[in-house]
Amino acid sequence: MSDELINIFNSLVANATPLVIAGIGETITERVGVVNLSLDGSIILAAMVAFVVGLATGSVIAGVLAAMLVGALVALIIAVADIELKQDQVAIGFVLTLLCADLAQFLGQEYTRTPGVQFPFVRVPILHDIPAVGEILFNHQAPAYLSYILIFATWYILFYTRAGLSLRAVGERPTAAFARGTNVNRTRYLYVLIGGALVGLAGAAYSLGIKPGWSTPPAMRGDGWIALAIVIFGGWHPIRVAFGAYLFAGLRALASAIQRSDIPIPLVLLNGLPWLLMIVTLLLVSSGAVERLLRALPRPVQRWTRNILRSDPPAALGTRFE
Amino acid sequence: MNDKSLAERLTAFAFILLPIAASLGLTALLVIAVGSDPREVFDKLMEGAFRNGTAFAGVVNFWIPLALCSIGLVVTFRAGLWNIGVEGQMMMGAVFASWAAQFVALPSPLLIPLEIALAMLGGVLWAGLVGVLKTRLGVHEIFGGVALNALANVATIYLISGPWAPSDGSAQATAPFPDGAILPPLSADFPVSGVGLGVALIAVVVLSLALSGTRWGLQLKATGKNARSALLLGVPTTRSYLTAFMVCGAVAGAAGAYRALFTYTSLRPLISGGIGFLALLVVLLVGIRAVWTPLIAFAFAVILGGSTRVKVALRLDQSLAGVLQGIVVLFVMLSNGLRTRWQDRRAASDAPTPTVTPSTTVEMMRSKGDGT
Repeated sequence: MSDELINIFNSLVANATPLVIAGIGETITERVGVVNLSLDGSIILAAMVAFVVGLATGSVIAGVLAAMLVGALVALIIAVADIELKQDQVAIGFVLTLLCADLAQFLGQEYTRTPGVQFPFVRVPILHDIPAVGEILFNHQAPAYLSYILIFATWYILFYTRAGLSLRAVGERPTAAFARGTNVNRTRYLYVLIGGALVGLAGAAYSLGIKPGWSTPPAMRGDGWIALAIVIFGGWHPIRVAFGAYLFAGLRALASAIQRSDIPIPLVLLNGLPWLLMIVTLLLVSSGAVERLLRALPRPVQRWTRNILRSDPPAALGTRFE
Repeated sequence: MNDKSLAERLTAFAFILLPIAASLGLTALLVIAVGSDPREVFDKLMEGAFRNGTAFAGVVNFWIPLALCSIGLVVTFRAGLWNIGVEGQMMMGAVFASWAAQFVALPSPLLIPLEIALAMLGGVLWAGLVGVLKTRLGVHEIFGGVALNALANVATIYLISGPWAPSDGSAQATAPFPDGAILPPLSADFPVSGVGLGVALIAVVVLSLALSGTRWGLQLKATGKNARSALLLGVPTTRSYLTAFMVCGAVAGAAGAYRALFTYTSLRPLISGGIGFLALLVVLLVGIRAVWTPLIAFAFAVILGGSTRVKVALRLDQSLAGVLQGIVVLFVMLSNGLRTRWQDRRAASDAPTPTVTPSTTVEMMRSKGDGT
């Protein structure tokens, strides 16, 4: 594999990292039955806080922890508003989207375009020596490695542990989960907070990682919406969500490669590509096109591909347990 | 009986006043946190909004598009829809109006109505797209709207930097429109467009009446309350969705035209300026009470208009306006929830307070293209 190609794939993995982390966080949140719509604001606020705390303390870890705290706090507001105060999750989430973005801009106004701390690049010993793959996957900043662990840990916990079973049960059939002795609302609080903390981590992965620093308008604006769409595209399945994030990052990389090439496409139109892609992918998963495609396949293949391609949203997503 | 209703009214009042006071307090703390004096900020805000005719005109110039979008969003909310795409619908309205402003040679009295009509058409098309994506293709309107907002801005930037680029080569905006194509101000001391003000007032009145007094309004309400039952009872829910989107798109398009034909007298990127999103906050705040829309929109317009002065005088970022508005809406919603809890605890047998948004919204997010 040529060095140039390896570089492209390496930066693809780096650029996908925050989307993966945020997507996994939202997957956990929605799997337990709650929608955290605030991603496009909470990621931005967490990114700003991570940067400022990192700058003030000189510690990346302090910045990351602060960002996770911010993400968890925003998620807590949504959980309390939903569970205790019976307000619409989507409405509260939307208000928080706008509020967090404005708050970040307001509180971060003194910190734009100042240099701060950053995650160091770490080559993983041994694994990095694998030809091509080593350079693509194992020469990154810490969030990338965290994201690998997250993908598989979330997948394993969700589908192969008792805790994951009760998590999914609360998102699918809260009444049944309740009858089996699960405290539905406590489970929701727990995983909504964990999911929110991961969303915060995604913010830190921008401002201390791939988009270092703080600026207005923030560099990661819009990505929160993309992450939300990726969760739907990924069918609420951690591995497929991660795949969706890499796909998006890949198409973005492709767009910027076209930008640098001689192909005469106006630069500005390429900025529309992720959004067009978002509509098309959602259209594919939700319009029944996948289902029709499946039916056209021979029967044995059908069952196998259905498991991979299809996944319905958690049955109790967005409903309240009373 | 009368005493009880008085007590209820007082508590209702308290549950509105307290969150507003709390949000002012929190915003004041945030202002202190960035090293400014809240009293000074408040003074400058009021000065920026009311110090003279021009300042107040600035407020009205925010109010006109905000009121237009808000009343449009009342329509979509009534049908149970989250029209986040309102920003893009404004932008498309501005784009369509800008086309006429640049390329149609007509006397002003003919050109201006044409521009506004085209702007409304642009908004209707962009909103209709969200509607078709939702009703036919199962893409939830939140995602369809967010994507189409971004695409509308991409289209705007493309036009400004390419086909409609000004001859001086700057890509910040189109060249200023000719005098005959822009909306004339009422007077030099009070630069507000009478046409814009008239269109906004008419839209607010007509749509409020249409929602409360027509069969269409009733069908929207039924669809918003429970789409499945409405469908079973013979309400054409798909048509309700599409018409609600298109009506909102029409007024949002007109709002975009106002920004292009009066506020900026040119087309520029993000010409909606977040007013569509702000209108969503207005509607979340007023809930189902359409009558209050223009008033809340006015309060928000005062904050917006005043904050430009705060920025200049105190070098505080303009996002302060959004912070205050967001906190107010959040606190009022949380306080609505608290009130319900409080009333439940007192075992009042009254009907539950109406939730601010249609309860079907989240449910629709889960529906997979079944068209209802």
